[in-house]
Amino acid sequence: MSDTHAQTAAYVRESMIGQSAPPTGQSGAIRWMRENLFSGVTNTILTLVSIYVIWVIVSHLFPWFANSIWRADSLTQCREIRDATVGADAPAACFAVIVDRWQQLVFGFYPQDKYWRPVLALVVFLAAIAPILFQSLPRKALWFSAAAPFLLFFLLWGGSVWLPVCVALGFVIGAVAYRLLVASAGTLTATLAAIVLPLLYWLFLAGPLDAALTAVAPVGLEYVQSKDFGGFTLSFIIGVAGIALSLPLGILLALGRQSHLFIIKMISVGFIEVIRGVPLIVWLFTASLLLNYFLPPGTNFDLMLRVIIMVTLFSAAYIAEVVRGGLAALPKGQYEGADSLGLDYWQSMRLVILPQALKISIPGIVNTFIGLFKDTTLVVFIGLLDPIGLTNAIRASTDWNGVYWELFIFVGLMFFIACFSMGRYSLFLEKKLQREHR
Amino acid sequence: MADIAQAPAVDRSQMKVSDEVAVQITEMNKWYGTFHVLRDINLTVYRGERIVICGPSGSGKSTLIRCINALEEHQAGKITVDGTLLSSDLKNIDKIRSEVGMCFQHFNLFPHLTILENCTLAPIWVRKIPKKEAEETAMHFLNKVKIPDQANKYPGQLSGGQQQRVAIARSLCMRPRIMLFDEPTSALDPEMIKEVLDTMIELAEEGMTMLCVTHEMGFAQAVANRVIFMDQGQIVEQNEPKEFFNNPKSDRTKLFLSQILGH
Ligand SMILES: Nc1ncnc2c1ncn2[C@@H]1O[C@H](COP(=O)(O)OP(=O)(O)OP(=O)(O)O)[C@@H](O)[C@H]1O
Ligand SMILES: [Mg+2]
Repeated sequence: MSDTHAQTAAYVRESMIGQSAPPTGQSGAIRWMRENLFSGVTNTILTLVSIYVIWVIVSHLFPWFANSIWRADSLTQCREIRDATVGADAPAACFAVIVDRWQQLVFGFYPQDKYWRPVLALVVFLAAIAPILFQSLPRKALWFSAAAPFLLFFLLWGGSVWLPVCVALGFVIGAVAYRLLVASAGTLTATLAAIVLPLLYWLFLAGPLDAALTAVAPVGLEYVQSKDFGGFTLSFIIGVAGIALSLPLGILLALGRQSHLFIIKMISVGFIEVIRGVPLIVWLFTASLLLNYFLPPGTNFDLMLRVIIMVTLFSAAYIAEVVRGGLAALPKGQYEGADSLGLDYWQSMRLVILPQALKISIPGIVNTFIGLFKDTTLVVFIGLLDPIGLTNAIRASTDWNGVYWELFIFVGLMFFIACFSMGRYSLFLEKKLQREHR
Repeated sequence: MADIAQAPAVDRSQMKVSDEVAVQITEMNKWYGTFHVLRDINLTVYRGERIVICGPSGSGKSTLIRCINALEEHQAGKITVDGTLLSSDLKNIDKIRSEVGMCFQHFNLFPHLTILENCTLAPIWVRKIPKKEAEETAMHFLNKVKIPDQANKYPGQLSGGQQQRVAIARSLCMRPRIMLFDEPTSALDPEMIKEVLDTMIELAEEGMTMLCVTHEMGFAQAVANRVIFMDQGQIVEQNEPKEFFNNPKSDRTKLFLSQILGH
């Protein structure tokens, strides 16, 4: 400010008056407690009862955790250490079982010298999923995401490198066929060609091509059988594959259900209702037992693959219903707006309708995913060694016979971390889209 | 005449009706289930015409113009748009829709896309125009409707009048040869109606073929070359605006005009 201004101004404050603190009890912890915990007689009673309950629980559990023993070779040794340190009556957790057997809980019976492969697979998976989850990452990275499933398959199962390459080539053939035909022959012909050509290729050409390439250049990793997979590796593979496959399938079913084409509509409705109306465990038994009757004798159709298919179909039916809710919530004007601009059905779905319908359905979709992921533990009933199955296997050894809670807490914690992250991501996405679209 | 809201000044120099047919509707009938909504509609629209369609609520005005771009299906009769016969062939329908722009009462902008993306979506995907070029066209038309500075906002952040002008710009980006308007101002506050009507007037001044369902009689008088009155699914009367307002022939038209113009 210039001098002239100071002279003309009638009053200029030279020093600021210091802020005085509000009276205690009007702010901070005390006020918060009065408002939220002790605002009335009922509230006060509820608060006191809750505090008592929490106290009872914590006072029982805390010593068990505080005295926990992390280094021992067996449950017996654990008990000896406890008797020696805190006394025979004191509760003490024996987390030594986790330290001793965590590898088995995580990798199942995957060969020890090849642990680096699932670990690397996890890294690849995280790198591939990142650009899908976060829009701010460069879009070019999505090409890596597209290639990741084949890389993951190769890392986890091993075998000849040419098998996943030959399978992936089928998708490339489909894409190229579509590109070449769409301009000259129209969308329908191009789409049909993009489906039929890869199928023919996979049926008749992919196998010999793989064999030929393997003969010429035998590059690959040692093959690991599906029955050696177990623990969280197994849960993750089934869960991730189920999630990745059931979302597109569920969306297609939801669109099919509101289709004007009678046959497609009936197939979708029938599929959804039948799959949804029968418990998952029944479908898993179907996968493990019944399918053998239907498949030609001698076909060795991987049990894990069968389970993935069943889990996918099951959660796709739920996703379809969630997405249908989102589709129904959109005003008719959005469909008409897209139609009036001349967008065809798939364009208007992909560009206008689905982005909005999926946004509405995010909580429901993630909820279904979380359910699916936890349901992977059901595979224990058909003989696959998921983490729960492995806790049984661990207890079957004489060393750890009788350990329950420590194992279940560990398994529960791992599932909680995965499911909680999914829930948080869903919130993040909802908030972000909310901000963007206002 | 004095009853009609003050008519805006319009430059009619570019408004020329040619004898080329833009839309031809013959003996068209439509039912909703058993309800006969449109009866024996015959209408020929020539290129450059500005037609205002009015009539009481439920008379089938919206249904009529929605039949022109196949948002509604008609069960009998023929509709030819720009020489293309409207049939159930999806190819024809998509072709007609990309030639015919439409503005709705509730705008129907896409809330998950920015204004610019709203305007470039169809040109990019339907017309296969490169993104850059589509954006330039979009900015050109956003300039025209006087909201270029909102291009990166989302529809939810704009006022109703602005949204409707974006909707008009979005249609124009497809460079349509015919524009349909279904009560474009009836969801707007009075002060926003004018800005939308001004945009429509400008469009008419440039010679666009327009079919408007509207109750803005001032607009009809100033811009239209033909006013059509519909009642109970029929075209009851049509005439050039002066005659239509001063000298209505049918009793139903008289009754409707006396109600809508008040007093
Ligand atoms: N989807 C539908 N199913 C059944 N009847 C319908 C449908 N849409 C409209 N109608 C009926 O058809 C008639 C004509 O409707 P339309 O919307 O064309 O009237 P309008 O002249 O545009 O009226 P308004 O001025 O209220 O918009 C109305 O009686 C309406 O109830
Ligand atoms: Mg209407």
